[in-house]
Amino acid sequence: MHSAIVNPKGTWWVPAHKGEKVWVAIAFAWCMVLFAMMPLWHFKGGQNPAGVRHTVTPTAFMARVQEFANQYKVGEENGIPVVAPPAGSDIYMIGMQYQWYPMLRLSKGASYTLHLSSLDMNHGFSLYPLNINFQVVPGYDYGLRITPNQAGDSRVLCNEFCGIGHHTMLGRIVVVDGDNRTMPAASPDSAAATPAAPTAGGAL
Amino acid sequence: MTAATLESLAGRFRTCPTTGLKVDRTAQRLINAFAVAAVVSMIAGVIGAFALVLTRWQAVHLLPADWYYRMLTVHGVSMLIFFIIFFEMAVLYFAGPVLLSSRAAAPKLAWTGFLLMAAGAVLVEVTMWTGHADVLFTSYPPLKADQKYYLGIILFAVGALLTVSLYFANLVVAKREKTYTGSVPLVTFGATTAAVIAVITLLHGAAIYIPTWLWALGVIGQPDPEVYRMVWWGLGHSSQQINVAAMISIWYLLGGLTVGAVVINEKVSRSAFFLYVLFISMASAHHLLVDPGFGPAWKIWNTSYAMYLAVLASMVHGFTVPAGIEVGQRLRGYTKGMFEWLVKAPWGDPGFSAMIFSIILFGFIGGITGVTFGTEQINIIAHNTLRVPGHFHATVVAGTALAFMGATYYVIPLVLRKQIAFWPVAKIQPYLFAIGMALFTTSMTFAGTFGVPRRHYDITFPGAALTVQFSPAVDLLLAIMGIGGILAATSATLYIVISAWSVFFGKSLPEDAKEGMAMGFHGVPQGVLRLPKQVHGADAGEAATPAHEEALKAKGTYVLVGIFLLAFVVYYFVNWKLLSFVWKVG
Repeated sequence: MHSAIVNPKGTWWVPAHKGEKVWVAIAFAWCMVLFAMMPLWHFKGGQNPAGVRHTVTPTAFMARVQEFANQYKVGEENGIPVVAPPAGSDIYMIGMQYQWYPMLRLSKGASYTLHLSSLDMNHGFSLYPLNINFQVVPGYDYGLRITPNQAGDSRVLCNEFCGIGHHTMLGRIVVVDGDNRTMPAASPDSAAATPAAPTAGGAL
Repeated sequence: MTAATLESLAGRFRTCPTTGLKVDRTAQRLINAFAVAAVVSMIAGVIGAFALVLTRWQAVHLLPADWYYRMLTVHGVSMLIFFIIFFEMAVLYFAGPVLLSSRAAAPKLAWTGFLLMAAGAVLVEVTMWTGHADVLFTSYPPLKADQKYYLGIILFAVGALLTVSLYFANLVVAKREKTYTGSVPLVTFGATTAAVIAVITLLHGAAIYIPTWLWALGVIGQPDPEVYRMVWWGLGHSSQQINVAAMISIWYLLGGLTVGAVVINEKVSRSAFFLYVLFISMASAHHLLVDPGFGPAWKIWNTSYAMYLAVLASMVHGFTVPAGIEVGQRLRGYTKGMFEWLVKAPWGDPGFSAMIFSIILFGFIGGITGVTFGTEQINIIAHNTLRVPGHFHATVVAGTALAFMGATYYVIPLVLRKQIAFWPVAKIQPYLFAIGMALFTTSMTFAGTFGVPRRHYDITFPGAALTVQFSPAVDLLLAIMGIGGILAATSATLYIVISAWSVFFGKSLPEDAKEGMAMGFHGVPQGVLRLPKQVHGADAGEAATPAHEEALKAKGTYVLVGIFLLAFVVYYFVNWKLLSFVWKVG
């Protein structure tokens, strides 16, 4: 035996000691579990970042967002439209310096395909307090099938540095029990003061 | 070689009184230069560290917004590129010429490499501090810095590539001039894998920074933002794998120097290093798991380093390093029970304590969180939150930087022949650093679980039309992060002062070992004072004894890695559980 600063002489390619063999076997088995979990979750789990992915020019995406906002607009808050799309539809949100556009009102339990993209820089879509995060890259349309499982008032933070006003960038997604099209738009002050309780946060 | 050149070469070398290795004075001077450059870079990084923790500690909130993002850029680049890579170049000169008792090839080219790196670093620092590169460490386009920023990085990278090439040249020279027999030592082998990964990394760097520089100059169009992210992380993440390979080499080195740790099986340890070379540069994907540019198959294959084979490598080292230490200690007579070897270890030796804390914090915090967040789906609840810097500060700061600090306390007396200044402070410096980083990284990781974003100036959103209310627990966690960060940055400041003072104003150690012993060698780690036995049993021409077989069982290490595996499994599956609570998405 020798230390790691001594140059080994002769053949060092010899069978491992039993203890090492056992540990390597355990570690390898664990690595296979780690690997298997990801494909498994695609089949059995409800949260996957696969989505529908396309390239798109920022201006073309912005036009689609605008069309969507005009079609389903139910109100306005701080000059930004509040949009309540029907269940099952394609819905849009675009990040730009320094806002998320438009605001969304969705129904609990309904599914939507949420398309995310950027007008300018990289942005980080971060739904608070649920802690759901996706990268938003200019030139790419990220379409994610979402099904909100609880009612509440969430914020969309930006968690990718996008310029000097990055930390002021905020958006809003409200999830209501029942039909999002018939409910009145939540007033900004009353609803905003009490964001939904953290769900995923807290334990670890 | 002619007699004349042999003679001229003879003056180049001195014999190390501790290890008996022949040390080329040119290599010694290069190590000195690279290490000093590393510590100087660290000064900029530490200023950034203080400014950043005092800003994100919401109760203090020191800097204005523009300076927060500027210091974030400065801190990242100075620490993660300049400090680390300068230090790694010193490690390469130690692991090559010094450990192989050979000469440093092509000294003029070697100095050219150093000067290119230094010039690049100065250019980048000036550009950042004058506010012409507020693009953060990643500089994702369309964000654009002044072209001098990209040029500086390119110069630095070219210098680094030259230095790494010379490392390979040094290996060839040593082999050809037969300065050693048998195979290179494990530490040199590990450093070689770091060097190979460095080449892969630097090529990615060239592939992305050259076009980006040309874009900043107005010569070509803007790089595609998603392609940039993929190639840039081929540099950004792979360079962390240079750190991992270099850090683990340092663990093996310090294990041997401090307590005579043995390599239980060369084949196992070397194969694990080799797995890094094969798979580790795939980790660019860790940053792209919730990106729109890539599909699930690509993400799963790459984020797992082809079925977690690089994770396997780390888990192997995570066993063989402590087990080697345990066996070394048992051979020195600390055989009682499970843990006498650990309890009676030289805890007052900063080389030893730094190594142990580096292993523990890297493994338990950095490793477990990294593999968990690097899981395709779990990344949804981790991406760009404070969990990410919580993870990588545990790997690269509590792991790599702390290991490098421990190595410094050996390199200064061994290679630079200086006594460590402020020895009593040096003895506690790793403790302070480890406690600070443990608080800092765990509180950051937990705060991230609440969705607190990274790289964010102010999560209270003052003046915003919409309000955001974070849980009071977040305030507490950010305060702990602040305190831990201040502790660690203070400790890093002590490290800078100790190492710089030792190098520039420290007392020289005599080259004659006996004379040194007579002087009492104050301020020198115990391993340098009396090197532990490095060769045992058959390798030393002695008969193997039952004590050897008993020591090799490494019973205590089994308990330790068992606890580690348990923590890993629990953390991993708790995160799947947390993920299952959020909206269905896909």
